[in-house]
Amino acid sequence: MSNIIDVENLSLEFLSGEQRVYALDNVSFSVARGETLSLVGESGCGKSVTAMAMMGLLPKASARITSGRIRMAGTELVGLPERQLQQIRGNRIGMVFQDPMTSLNPVHTIGMQIAEAVRRHKPVSRTEAMQRARQMLDLVRIPDAGNRLTAYPHELSGGQRQRVMIAMALACDPELLIADEPTTALDVTVQAQILELIADLKAELGMSVLLITHDLGVVAATADRMMVMYAGRIVEEGAVERIFARPSHGYTAALLRSLPGHGTGRRGRLTEIAGTVPRLDRQLASCLFAPRCGFAEAACSASLPPSRQVEAGHRSACIREAAVFDAMRDNDIVKGWTS
Amino acid sequence: MSLADTAHPAPTPLSRALHHARLNPATVICCALLLGFVLIAIFAPLLAGDPIKIDPAQRLKPPSDTAIWGRDHLGRDVYARAVYGTRVSMLVGFSVAILVTILGVSIGIYAGLSQIGGAVVMRLTDAMMAIPAVLLAIAFASLMNAGLLTVIIAITIPEVPRMVRLVRSVVLGVRQQLHVTAAISIGTSGLPLVWRHILPNTLGPVLVQATYACASAIIASAVLSFLGVGLSPEVPSWGGMMADARQQFRIHPVLMLYPGLLLSLLVLAVNILGDRLSDALDPRKSRRSTL
Repeated sequence: MSNIIDVENLSLEFLSGEQRVYALDNVSFSVARGETLSLVGESGCGKSVTAMAMMGLLPKASARITSGRIRMAGTELVGLPERQLQQIRGNRIGMVFQDPMTSLNPVHTIGMQIAEAVRRHKPVSRTEAMQRARQMLDLVRIPDAGNRLTAYPHELSGGQRQRVMIAMALACDPELLIADEPTTALDVTVQAQILELIADLKAELGMSVLLITHDLGVVAATADRMMVMYAGRIVEEGAVERIFARPSHGYTAALLRSLPGHGTGRRGRLTEIAGTVPRLDRQLASCLFAPRCGFAEAACSASLPPSRQVEAGHRSACIREAAVFDAMRDNDIVKGWTS
Repeated sequence: MSLADTAHPAPTPLSRALHHARLNPATVICCALLLGFVLIAIFAPLLAGDPIKIDPAQRLKPPSDTAIWGRDHLGRDVYARAVYGTRVSMLVGFSVAILVTILGVSIGIYAGLSQIGGAVVMRLTDAMMAIPAVLLAIAFASLMNAGLLTVIIAITIPEVPRMVRLVRSVVLGVRQQLHVTAAISIGTSGLPLVWRHILPNTLGPVLVQATYACASAIIASAVLSFLGVGLSPEVPSWGGMMADARQQFRIHPVLMLYPGLLLSLLVLAVNILGDRLSDALDPRKSRRSTL
């Protein structure tokens, strides 16, 4: 299977005055054609920055890619002139954002906004673009699409706005859809509908999806493969069912433990991960999760743990990987995925 | 059909307007006043006689059938001059508001999007705003030939920096908004991005600022005429009338009163409308039905 996106050793830093923030550190991954890859991690770990870097949407004044490559089907995106990037944005990569309440322009009708996405990339007339917009509304299951074209964003519910956003992102049949926490701002029933829609459209249109989320439930329901990110580094990567069945990083284990209990009817305090995400203003050659990790030993803080293959297609950057798995054997979720 | 639709019949535009009018009588009065001034300016020839004709024999005559507000020190019809004076005030006010909006918005958007250009523009506006607007206007007016266009340009230039600063600050906020990033993410850029996504979202505050620019331009034009800069003295203008009346103030104070009152009324109407507009566009203040 060929890859649609290859990210290799991507490092990125933000500059603000004298301060430097090392937001991404040697991030490497690829998205195969037709697969859903999920990027998980807590707030501030670099998920969105990764997505924005792929789209070239980061502010040029403060964000700098210090090393690495992002290749889309062979085309290098890092350092690509703005004009060529524009031809890729919306055309070959579509993006859906976290907050549908603010991601649509309040002063234009949704039909115009979808048509705009079409007209940026295809030499079509205004009416043809509008027809396409109508098709797209049908495609994202908005009822009465013909009349909804002239609706303004404030006339739609959050879930419908997110559908419109998806329609905009997909209007030019992109090969990759980047969905940056598309369901975080929606309520639970609508979340499920939107995820189902993305999964359906992926199958219908044969595109790849990079799904960014902090919700492991979403990952389990929709993704083929997943990557766990912590403090700008990818700490574990593999097929979803393998990572759930054999968590091999202290951070993944902590995430799984902090999920509310399934089916056991257990009540009481939820398990949390002690401490907070480290400040990323220094480059540390150690496991950044070690200070919060229950499995940490002296060696974790001594050097940067290399990413090692745990099993076929499953990599982890944890030297305590065996101990983590041993301790997680009894976890309900892990047991559920092993059987 | 939603519940709300069945509970109330859909309001017609007229019934909505009446509803707003009941809630905001001041807005309605100001609109009526402004409309009145516009009509007076347009139909001046139908409403009054010759404002320029000098008749020394009739000088300083009290109100009569031929001149209902009396005559000035050159025997000109004060009422006719006041009616025609509306034209100068309205023309200067509206032209300046439009010019300031066009110039201020273009320069302001540029300043908001370009980092270096923005810094340069901001220092220039700082420099211009350090000098009082009227002083600057007098300087520009005396550099050019007398005429209405001169007055308009002389008043526009000192008004622009205020609009530039406002637009820049709004643009700095708008371009951070997610929908602008979303527009870039579908491939929009350059002029279409500015035209379709940034400009329309700055128009609220711009509209309010334009009404204030209009009001201050009306005052500034009166000030210029009062000082005798810009327009030639025979052109009827409220400022000019007040300057003429100043010499007779002790004997005939009403000559000063007419143009002064009209000027105050017009500026007050424009300013109150600006305030109402600003309240209506401010999401924190607006009960759904202001304006």
